[in-house]
Amino acid sequence: MASLIEEAPRFFGYYNLIFLGQAFAYTALLSLVGCGLGFLVGFGLAVLRNERIVGFAPLRWFATIYVEIFRRIPFLVKLMVVFFAFQLAGFDASMFAVAATTVALSASAFSAENIRAGLESVHRNQWDAAETMNMGGLTALRRVILPQAWAIIIPPSMTYSVGLVKSTSIASQIGVVELTYAAKILNQKGFSAAICFGTILILYFILCYPLNLFASHLERRLAPSRHR
Amino acid sequence: MAYTLQYGQVTPYLGYLAGGAWLALQLAAIAFVIGWAIGLVCASVLEYGPRPLRWLVKAYVVFFLNTPLLVQIFFLYFALPDWGIVLGSYQAVLLGMAINAGAYLTEIQRAGFRSIRKAEIEAAETLGFSRIQIIRYVVLPHIGKVLFPPLSNQYIILTMTTSIAAIFGVEELTGRTYNINAQTFRSFEIFSIAALYYIALTLVASGALYAVGRYFFRIKGKVF
Amino acid sequence: MPHLVIDRLSANYGTAPVLQDVSLSVERGEIVSIIGPSGSGKSTLLRVLTGLLKPHAGVVHVAGAQVDYGSAAALKKVRDRFAVVFQQYNLFQNMTALRNVTIAPTIVKKRDAAEVEREARALLEKVGLSHRIDAYPDELSGGQQQRVAIARALALKPEILLLDEVTSALDPELVAEVLDTIRVLAAEGMTMLIVSHEMGFVREISSKVVFMADGKVVEVGPPQQIFDAPQTERCADFVRRILRH
Repeated sequence: MASLIEEAPRFFGYYNLIFLGQAFAYTALLSLVGCGLGFLVGFGLAVLRNERIVGFAPLRWFATIYVEIFRRIPFLVKLMVVFFAFQLAGFDASMFAVAATTVALSASAFSAENIRAGLESVHRNQWDAAETMNMGGLTALRRVILPQAWAIIIPPSMTYSVGLVKSTSIASQIGVVELTYAAKILNQKGFSAAICFGTILILYFILCYPLNLFASHLERRLAPSRHR
Repeated sequence: MAYTLQYGQVTPYLGYLAGGAWLALQLAAIAFVIGWAIGLVCASVLEYGPRPLRWLVKAYVVFFLNTPLLVQIFFLYFALPDWGIVLGSYQAVLLGMAINAGAYLTEIQRAGFRSIRKAEIEAAETLGFSRIQIIRYVVLPHIGKVLFPPLSNQYIILTMTTSIAAIFGVEELTGRTYNINAQTFRSFEIFSIAALYYIALTLVASGALYAVGRYFFRIKGKVF
Repeated sequence: MPHLVIDRLSANYGTAPVLQDVSLSVERGEIVSIIGPSGSGKSTLLRVLTGLLKPHAGVVHVAGAQVDYGSAAALKKVRDRFAVVFQQYNLFQNMTALRNVTIAPTIVKKRDAAEVEREARALLEKVGLSHRIDAYPDELSGGQQQRVAIARALALKPEILLLDEVTSALDPELVAEVLDTIRVLAAEGMTMLIVSHEMGFVREISSKVVFMADGKVVEVGPPQQIFDAPQTERCADFVRRILRH
């Protein structure tokens, strides 16, 4: 413990703080880009899976298989597959792009499932009414179903996003300089593992905890609103 | 030079990989059991324990739910030796996974406790059930039914999480994949096969847990 | 020429037959009611007419033209002529009463918003809800919701109004307000096909009553026949049981 206090002033020096700050921003950016992209793809898949909107069954099967595949591969393995797939395809992609794609694949599979459940939570009779009034599937989705489904969709999406923020630590394996990789570098420079990893644990906590709090706040506030 | 996929070169290793899958299942199972026990104790403390202890458990849960498992294990593996606690890679991974799972399983089991319905217990009391009988016939079946689905999900998530062990050199499914990759350099082939192993593994686990849930608890929802 | 002709219509849920050879006709301005025990296929018939459930045999003519339920374009056209009021109201929960009434005319029929809103306000006044136009469905009583649903259906200017057990979900004291609204429409000459359990109302308002059981039409006749002198044992049995209380 005493040694920790001893090395603290040196560890929290100007350059290290900048370095950690950048790594923190990288973790946040990686999560944001990956989750954002994944949510969009997941939304598309959820729409494809909805019988009321898409009448063509093979598209629904495709969406289902996609979801089942990508939610069942561990993040690390997915990361390696994406990494080598990019290499195979001849993309000269940055490590950030590889990691963001992996996050997006994970997020899309989860979001598709979650958004599908959200859409299905809106009572069937809302679709019936819209249909008999000649609203098309997408119009009904936008005007009637989604406004009622958001409250169900958003809280678990946020909770899952927090999970992915944590998973981005695995991107350190391919050299993305996010928080975990930064800690490893500082550790190799001679700072103790306790202070390096202890510090980034706190930084991850600072990133994740408010998100989780906000998610449970939303869940409590949104759940019983205009919804049967 | 164009790269051609050659799955033939990695087929001799399929059995070796299957052994890794078995290790992954074991690792997940041990971590799950320890985590479940931690969760049971912590959930009991949260519901019935004294205030300072409750705060301590709360802090544990919140901290571990909001930080990455990988970094937690890094801390155990690299930082603890400074204080004279040296863990092997397998122990560090197992301990990290168990403590991490413990936090999730605390939350899950607490929700289970909360779901016990007072009215049912009162009904059993008026019917003259003894305390043991109430627990045996009313409380446990109910908790089982409520807890089985989230616990099953957690087990499957834990199975996938075991892949992190490869980073510490544990030779489970992903670790063995790294080994094969180092020998054959058929990277995409072997990692995509590993992915298929995980898909198969979790599908089988989902199916088995679904069957168990249906048979013992009459739960119809799908698992994971 | 009858306004609506249903000729030997059959439909299945999965493999279970829910409608078998149902035939009936409705003249322009006529009010036809369908009665029968639950599970007899009354509501299913309305679902088939509006294309929510595909028929597997039989034909439907509206104003002399055959409806092709397999074609999206034809379905769109027939839905323009029908409007449905559902048992559970099915109001859009995320919209005010007024928006519920204006949404389809503005975004489906692309009519002028100001004009639609004027009409909607008039319709809501007609159903006695001009003071509640900005309320959301969950702020309204069941009877009020159902009257909004009727206004919503009328805003589509349908030729034929389909009413599916519109009072079944209502508390008894709220039934009258909805029935009164329907009486007003009847007086205006609206063609209506009504599924209902309100036998007194059915008897009073209908020119023809259809008794259905097990997905089939068992007996058709004027209300006096169905309620006072039913020709079939099934119908007599049903009427006896339902009129006892």
